[in-house]
Amino acid sequence: MPTKPKIGFYWCASCGGCEEAVVDLAEDILGVVEAVDIVFWPVAMDFKKKDVEAMPDKSIVATLLNGAIRSSEQEEMAHLLRRKSQYLIAYGSCAHMGGIPSLANQFSREQILKFVYEEAPTVVNDQKTRPMLQFEEKGRVVHLPELRHVVRSLDQVVDVDYYVPGCPPTAKITKQAVAALLEGKLPPKGSVLAPDIALCEQCPRKESKPTDLSFTEFKRPHWTKLDPTKCLLAQGVVCMGPATRGGCEAACIQGNMPCTGCFGPTSRVKDQGAKMLSSICSNIAPKEEKEINQVLSGIPDPVGTFYRYGLAKSLLRRKVNLPVNGKDAAV
Amino acid sequence: MTNGEWTPRIVAFFCNWCTYTAADLAGVSRLKYAANVRIIRVMCSGRVDPQFILEAFAKGADGVLIGGCHPNDCHYSEGNYKMLRRFQLLRRMLPEMGIENDRLRLEWISAAEGEKVKWAINDMVEKVQALGSLGMPGRFQDWDQEMKSLEQKMTTPEEKEVAYAH
Repeated sequence: MPTKPKIGFYWCASCGGCEEAVVDLAEDILGVVEAVDIVFWPVAMDFKKKDVEAMPDKSIVATLLNGAIRSSEQEEMAHLLRRKSQYLIAYGSCAHMGGIPSLANQFSREQILKFVYEEAPTVVNDQKTRPMLQFEEKGRVVHLPELRHVVRSLDQVVDVDYYVPGCPPTAKITKQAVAALLEGKLPPKGSVLAPDIALCEQCPRKESKPTDLSFTEFKRPHWTKLDPTKCLLAQGVVCMGPATRGGCEAACIQGNMPCTGCFGPTSRVKDQGAKMLSSICSNIAPKEEKEINQVLSGIPDPVGTFYRYGLAKSLLRRKVNLPVNGKDAAV
Repeated sequence: MTNGEWTPRIVAFFCNWCTYTAADLAGVSRLKYAANVRIIRVMCSGRVDPQFILEAFAKGADGVLIGGCHPNDCHYSEGNYKMLRRFQLLRRMLPEMGIENDRLRLEWISAAEGEKVKWAINDMVEKVQALGSLGMPGRFQDWDQEMKSLEQKMTTPEEKEVAYAH
């Protein structure tokens, strides 16, 4: 029996949605399983880290890794899987651009630990107990991974060959990526395996997008009754379509919700958030500061709106004045 | 840099029709202004993509100054308003990212206002000098320092399979 190409899946700082996306291939996953040998998939199959360590270098054809990198353990697994794989693929928004976990780059590690273990309303922790990196009992030493100060995308830690975007990636682009891998029909290294064109171009409501949007207010989608046929921007809702890569077939818009930008920018854009800010602001109607600010007050959280999936990969990466390297106490 | 002391580095985007011409006038009039700015001529302040501003900061600028035509005077009629709207949101967003408001400045300077170029630059240099260096390239290096030990451990061939323990 000829040996089948080996494939691995791994997760880091993620919600599990990307794993779900693989399962969402439904019957098609049988075709994948027939064509490949899954050698590592902690969410579904019983393999241990030592099994991966025992594999020869580059023996896995491709590893699809989802999740951002935020702990020493995830960093180590990224290095290990990089060494064992011919192709390392950043699967999903978090591995691609930092994803929602990278919004934590607005806070210091100390702020996060303090809130989660001491201040959160649902927490009772009078002793102010925090997880320790090392703990000894009866001569046995137990280790826990260390939380890094900065949340990173996969390519900020190790070399990445391809990106499959989305939160989570759709079944269609996942299938296309796997097919491209198996057939060896791969684009240049570093490519995002999705169309390199803005979502608006593929949007079913494209025809109703006016040339001049001329915003006089921004509406929040959950407070607004939205017309299911009209361009969401034309209805005053922040839709990330103009600054976001297509390929999702406008799944959210088809559900009458605006695009939030999970596919990331096209290849011509360096900073998705800045590009969206540029597009939205240019189209505001007023010309006086006060009135402009009045319109802009409809966007209460610009960082969370424009960088929802990509703060780690943005030009600034992180709130710039946060401490690192044990200098936590200050902020 | 004078006497090895730190002074700010400011990237200025000046529009071709008004502010750049004013800077030219300042030069011809032999006005003296701080040598800390690097002027980039753009056709219109409306051409200043917020990506340019963020990239200037990311690559080491301590401040970014944008100069455009006065309201109603834009050569392309609307470009300066586009910049003003972006500027208003950037002024809210940049402090959330830890960048002080004095590091980003928008000035309307007509072709006749060579004096205003001098004042705007000198005033901005003074304010950014007081804030100190932003030094993003150095900060990026600092942030990534935490990955060094593991990176070295995981990439030397001899230690390849050794598990990392704290």
